Amino acid sequence: MSVKDLVDRYCRVDKLPHIWCPGCGNGIIMGAVIRALDKTDFDQDKTVIVSGIGCSSRAPGYMNFDTLHTTHGRALAYATGVKFARPDLNVVVLTGDGDCSAIGGNHLIHAARRNIDLTVVVFNNSIYGMTGGQFSPLTPAHSYASTAPYGSIDRNFDLCKLVQAAGGTYVARSTAYHARQLVNLIATGLNHKGFAFIEVVTQCPMYYGRRNKFPSPVDMLKWQQEHAVPVKAAAKLSPEQMAGKFLIGELHREEAPEYTAVYETDVIAKARGDIN
Amino acid sequence: MAAKTKCKAQLLSGNEACVQGALVAGIRFFAGYPITPSTEVAEGLAEELPKIGGRFIQMEDEIASMGAVIGASLAGLKSMTATSGPGFSLKQENIGFAAMTEVPCVVVNVQRYGPSTGLPTSPAQGDIMQARWGTHGDHPVVALMPASVRETFDLTVEAVNLAEELRTPVIILLDEVVGHMRERVELPAAEDVELFNRVKPTESPDTFLPYKPAANLVPPMPAYGDGYRFHATGLVHDETGFPCGKGADGNTLVRRLQAKVEQRQPKIARAETFQTEDAEIVIVAAGSVARSARAAVKEARAQGIKLGLVRPITAWPFPEEAIDSVAQTAKALIVAEMNLGQMILEVERIAAGRAPVFGLNRIDAELITPEDIIVRAQEVTNNVR
Ligand SMILES: Cc1ncc(C[n+]2csc(CCOP(=O)(O)OP(=O)(O)O)c2C)c(N)n1
Ligand code: SF4
Repeated sequence: MSVKDLVDRYCRVDKLPHIWCPGCGNGIIMGAVIRALDKTDFDQDKTVIVSGIGCSSRAPGYMNFDTLHTTHGRALAYATGVKFARPDLNVVVLTGDGDCSAIGGNHLIHAARRNIDLTVVVFNNSIYGMTGGQFSPLTPAHSYASTAPYGSIDRNFDLCKLVQAAGGTYVARSTAYHARQLVNLIATGLNHKGFAFIEVVTQCPMYYGRRNKFPSPVDMLKWQQEHAVPVKAAAKLSPEQMAGKFLIGELHREEAPEYTAVYETDVIAKARGDIN
Repeated sequence: MAAKTKCKAQLLSGNEACVQGALVAGIRFFAGYPITPSTEVAEGLAEELPKIGGRFIQMEDEIASMGAVIGASLAGLKSMTATSGPGFSLKQENIGFAAMTEVPCVVVNVQRYGPSTGLPTSPAQGDIMQARWGTHGDHPVVALMPASVRETFDLTVEAVNLAEELRTPVIILLDEVVGHMRERVELPAAEDVELFNRVKPTESPDTFLPYKPAANLVPPMPAYGDGYRFHATGLVHDETGFPCGKGADGNTLVRRLQAKVEQRQPKIARAETFQTEDAEIVIVAAGSVARSARAAVKEARAQGIKLGLVRPITAWPFPEEAIDSVAQTAKALIVAEMNLGQMILEVERIAAGRAPVFGLNRIDAELITPEDIIVRAQEVTNNVR
């Protein structure tokens, strides 16, 4: 499909242009989500996009689906309600690094633990964009933010490791720079039956870039290119060579019972006396 | 009228009656987090919902429970959660979201002693104002206060119906005594209970405006998956459902939300009156305290004191007419409540000086007894003589 056809079909064209700053990575990621959705055979009328609060969480407003822009940090809780109520709906969650790892961190680990069939795309721009550049749990230690004028002393999460440890059954990471890989990783996540989690390292030139000496969005994309190491390539590198770098690609995939399916085959069946 | 199906009497607690009411009213989704003294509601629905294909989920906390309930309701199921004091506090932000996005849902709050962890198993009525103003900003509220096991069943059904009709969260304010006490009740057969289902749009998705109100100020509501591709946001939005960032739209929206409940005040707001016609002193009491007050009225009358009772059944909207009427006839009003004076503020507002209003407040985790009420009535009699 051409870009115009994709936009016409999957975007609420009358809501564009979007509110994001020039050079922001959010548009690239929303585009990747749309391309990935187009690769699946999801019915557009049976697909719900849920978000929290933040610049990134504005994305569903531009997308031509049933959409739900919830409260800060709670997208996964709302999405769990939608999916558990109607397992026939495809539910996609778009969230920011602050939204899903700080205020929403508890919902993240529990949604992963349940292995409920949601696809979560985290826009990790290492900062709270919407509120003007405060540090988040994913802000790299020692970088600068409006609430860390002397550099942040907080250690940052590896969110992919966290989600895998919590029970997520599909875990992947990519960047705004690696947009093509990103589409494929999201599409695989969408088709995965279970909790699928895709972290996207992206840029907020407005707040993270300015304070951390990135002259332009292009420098930030370059940084992503230089610091992201594909899983296969990383296997050949020493820990020293990997220092300061991060993995991209599919990090984890396993088959495990999915929550809404088990509820049917186990809880409902037992309650009705079909099995004991 | 069709013959009512006879039902056998059973011994139930208020919390169990709430479960029965929820099932009959069509609740098919429950999300919650355990907390005394509300846990039996979750336990009952965990057992019963799967039998009828309904969904029960224990979430990681009350914030998540409230979020899940709203998500499930948007997906088309009648949804409910239950909690107590601290959990009710945690739910507030998402209750505001449900009010703003007009998502029907029921929140059961079995009040317990607070603030904070307080006395977990002790009764209190300290959440009357939190039920009204707990979430930030102006918003409509409906809150019901049952005083018996049977009434808990009836008001649970009514809460679900009102939530569906008004597209707004409805709160059931039980207190610990009503939640836990057991009474013999005969519940009506499911087919004799009147139900209300949210109105779905008839328009095609091309012309449908998801937040364009019908004549009753409530917009029809599709479910996710129905093909309407609508947007729900807690931001101020116009009739399209999309944020516009304009104060004028906020003005239109929030006034409509308020008005859709306010204009039904006469239908929703309710109180029971007992021996108020010739009463010189009228007790205003709700929930379990009203049970003591009723006993006090009988006993006082035997002693020659003309006592009466107004029992608000709805906390919000407050039953103004009932108070208005006794404020004109009684010499004094006594508001008895297990808090330091919340409902009394409404009573004073409505009485507006026509009858003096006195408080009777206990916060020692003990029920207000009929004796407490009679003693207070005697004091007040001496006072207003
Ligand atoms: C309960 C609550 N606390 C705080 C806020 C303020 N707030 C809005 S967005 C945001 C952070 C957003 O950061 P992130 O999730 O990383 O998304 P981004 O804007 O960077 O895309 C905060 C703190 C809020 N809306 N609600
Ligand atoms: S503040 Fe940052 S994250 Fe938000 S739109 Fe601007 S560049 Fe993007």
